[in-house]
This record gives sequence, structure tokens and C-alpha cells, in this order.
Amino acid sequence: MPIRKAQLLVARWARTGAVGLALTGAAMVHAQAPAPASNVSDFQVQLWASSCMSCHGPGGKAVGTGLAIGGKPAQELYNKLLGYKNGKLPATVMHQHAKGYSDEELSRIADHFASLK
Amino acid sequence: MTGLSMQRRQLLKAGAGAAAMAGAPWVGAQAPRRVVVIGGGFGGATAARYLRQFNPDLSITLIEPADTFVMCPMSNRVVHGGLQLRDISRPYDRFVSRHGLRWVRGRAEAIDPVAREVRVGKERVPYDHLIVSPGVDYVYDGIEGLQTAEQQARVPHAWKAGPQTQMLRDQLQAMPENGVVAMTIPKVPYRCPPGPYERASLIAHYLQTRKPKGKLLVFDANPEIQAKKGLFEAVWKKRYAGLIEYVPSADLKSVDAAGGTLRFDMQGEVKAQVLNVIPPQRAGEVARNAGLANAGNRWCGVDFLSYESTAVGGIHVLGDSIAAAPGMPKSGHMANQQAKVCAGAITARLRGIEVPSDPIIANTCYSFVSQTDVIHVASVHRYDAAKKTMLPVPGAGGLSAEPSVIEGIYAMAWATNILNDTLGA
Repeated sequence: MPIRKAQLLVARWARTGAVGLALTGAAMVHAQAPAPASNVSDFQVQLWASSCMSCHGPGGKAVGTGLAIGGKPAQELYNKLLGYKNGKLPATVMHQHAKGYSDEELSRIADHFASLK
Repeated sequence: MTGLSMQRRQLLKAGAGAAAMAGAPWVGAQAPRRVVVIGGGFGGATAARYLRQFNPDLSITLIEPADTFVMCPMSNRVVHGGLQLRDISRPYDRFVSRHGLRWVRGRAEAIDPVAREVRVGKERVPYDHLIVSPGVDYVYDGIEGLQTAEQQARVPHAWKAGPQTQMLRDQLQAMPENGVVAMTIPKVPYRCPPGPYERASLIAHYLQTRKPKGKLLVFDANPEIQAKKGLFEAVWKKRYAGLIEYVPSADLKSVDAAGGTLRFDMQGEVKAQVLNVIPPQRAGEVARNAGLANAGNRWCGVDFLSYESTAVGGIHVLGDSIAAAPGMPKSGHMANQQAKVCAGAITARLRGIEVPSDPIIANTCYSFVSQTDVIHVASVHRYDAAKKTMLPVPGAGGLSAEPSVIEGIYAMAWATNILNDTLGA
């Protein structure tokens, strides 16, 4: 997001006091509720992915620019995660998170988010 | 409970056992089927939500006295004036109805781990798995002058978002132009390590823009800033020089609420127009009374694969009440993350599959240092099987390079998304 646009958004929050949280109450997302995977390996991946949802929203249906990753193509997500991990993609925080996972783990998490329609 | 209803319950249990023998659908899972959750905060509500997602037919009861959740993150912006309480509040009714939870609107007063019941007023709520996520209690023992509820009510801690947040905001606004604000920070561990320093930054920003002759005194019981130290120091020096005076290793001894005086062990007496005393903290009372606080009688030890108590079987503890693993802060984000691991472990047991043994959780924590500018700290935590604890992953995680507006945008998105993840319909 261009800095100028970001500044305008923040200025609007400052003026109105309240854009963010109250309004989104109306836009609450209902995530699809997949049953847990029946084998422990798949279930572990599902739980890893659920940890991402604190920022990326239930089911990957986040509000906020670029944060909604549920249902995006797996290869696109994986390439981004690798880019963050190896420092080729600029980020504010994702480069710090991606380094906590192996490439294989990132690939499986990407697959999981891709499966959330 | 009457003897009759106890007999009835035992009969019902016996009946359920017979059904299991006869081949009820949940036989293979040997299923305890009633999960009770104490506390509807980031830990408890997230656990209930994800348990429902994983187990459509499970009986899940939420015990929570409040009708509305007020989130602590962003509450310093309410003190500052950029947000209002309603912006950080969300009622429980839609959440519980959407997820098919039974809601017991009351305070969990006691846990009976033998009978496996939680007492709420006159009601006894039976459980097979219990999740306890009560947050922190405040410890006034060592602070003379803050012993009665009336005294405590005059000096807001505002460390649980709600009426006290508004009270601190109102006191700031009512303060004279050249007034002094004094806040005290307890020794670690306490809820939200960067929170006091964020609050200090935002109060300083308020003074700078509204009451430039005012002053903020920050008395920290710790020897130094406990989170994002370099970033906060740089901001205070660059933007708030002359507005914030930071005093480390300040041990609060007594408070005269009526006279507006704080007295410290080494630093002596300080007068201020607004007092904000953040007291030392410990696990919530219901957890301590149940014998769960086996770490120094203050925090609750847990197994980090399931968050099951190391003191009492069948009871899981989440969030600020636990004896945290190394590098794991007491934060809403962390409680939300722990809740999913816990919900996963309980689900695995219900289904008769192996409990996932390689949890990865993360913390992302934003702090406002002005109306618009934000800094973060992040970390990734993985299970160390040899040490049986969660440890930060070396090389992962980190801090902002400097405060930025972009991170202000992400901070607001974070707040919305984690609230949806925790309490969304």
C-alpha cells in the first residue's frame, strides 16, 4: 500500500475515532468449518494453519490489504512464503514468521489455505 | 445439588456406559463428550470456537459472566482518545448462538475435579474436559493504601479493558493543563509486556497535543523496559523528550489515593494528579483455588502439547494464567494460539487419534507509539520434545526497524482479524 494512502486511512481513523473494529462487526466472516483431518499428520498441518488465522482471519478470510489468503492458489502462496523466508520479498513481519518453518511445512500450510474456499 | 439429582446423574452415566458397550457411534473414540470452558477471552472463546469447528456434535459450555467482551489490545488507544470502548467491544450473544454453545452467564466460583463439576452460583456444570482461561488477578498485598475495594476503585489499573479504561481516560481529560500523571509497572511476569510502555507513549502523545505543560512519570519495578526496549527508548527520546520521565527499579510501597501520592522504597514520595497503578498479577482465582497454580502458587503449569494442567488431570489452562514457556509472553495473541493447540489435543483424544506432537505457534504484537505510528515484535515457538517445553525458533521473529504508519494499518487489521478469529460468528 502506498504510504500516502496509508496515511489517509490512519488520519481517517484519527478523525472518526472508529473505523476499524466496530464496523467490521457487521462484516464478520463465517469461516468454513472443515472437520479435523483423520490422520495426525494432516491434522497437525490444519493446526499450524489455524495459528496463521489470528492475523489472516478464520478460514483465511481476513480484512485488510493482502491479508485474505484463504482459497488462493497454493503455488502463489508457497512462492510468497519462500520469498519472505529467503528475504527476496519485502515484508513488515512475514519475513520474521516464515523463518520459523521448514520449506516442507510452508508448502503444506500453503496447500491448506488453498483448500479453503 | 440434591441427592436425587446426583443419583440421576450417576444413572445417566451408567446408561451412557451401557450405550457405549452396545456400540454407540462414539464407541471407538471412548468419548468424553462435554467440554466446559471457563472464561470468554482470547483463550477460552478461541478454544470453544475451534472445538466446535473440529467437533460439530460436541457439547460445549461457556461460563462467562459478562455480556460483552472488551479486548485489552487497543485499549490504550481508548485511554489516548483515538478509539472508544464500543470500538473494542463485541457482545457474546451472536457468538454463542452461531456456534451452538451453551452459555452459563455467571462467574465460575469453584471447580470440583473429583466430581468433575464447576460451580456457578447454585448451578453445577458437569464436564469431561475442562478448559480454564480466567486471565489474571491483581495482587495488592504489598501495596499499603490499596487494601480495600473502595481504595482500589479510586486508582484505576485499567489493565483489564472496560470501565477502568474509561475512568483513566476521563481522569486524563479532567487533569489540569500542567498536571502530572504517574504510572507504575509491576515486576514481570505480567499481562502484555509491552503494554505499559505503549500506554506511556500514548499518554505522552496526549500530553504533547493537548496538555504540553503536563508530565508523565513512569515508575517501573523492573530494572529496564521489558519489551521493544530500544524502540520505545528511541521514540521517547526523539518525540517525547521532557514529557516522559522513566524511573527503573521503583518498588511501590504505598498509595494515598485521596492525596494523590505514591511512595516508593528508594525514590520516596511522588505527588500526581492522575495515578495509574498496574499491580502485580497472578493466575485467576478460580484456577488458584482449584490447585492449578503449582508454579510458585502464582501460575499454572501445563503440558505444552495439550495445555493440560500438570497439577490436575482433565483440566486445561490457557492464556495469562499459565506458567509460560521461555520467551512466551502473556498476550491475547498467545492465548488465541494456545487455544487452538488445546482444542486440537482435546479433539484428538475425542477421536481416538494421536495428539499432534509438533505444535508451532507464533506471537505478533503491535504497539502504538503515537496516534498513527506503530512498532511490533514477533516470535515463532516450537515444541522441544527433550525439554518438554515451547522454545522460540532461533533466527525467526524480530522487531520493527522503526515506527511506521504502515504498521498502524496492519495493527488495526490484526485487531479486527483476531477478534473475528476469537469471537466471530
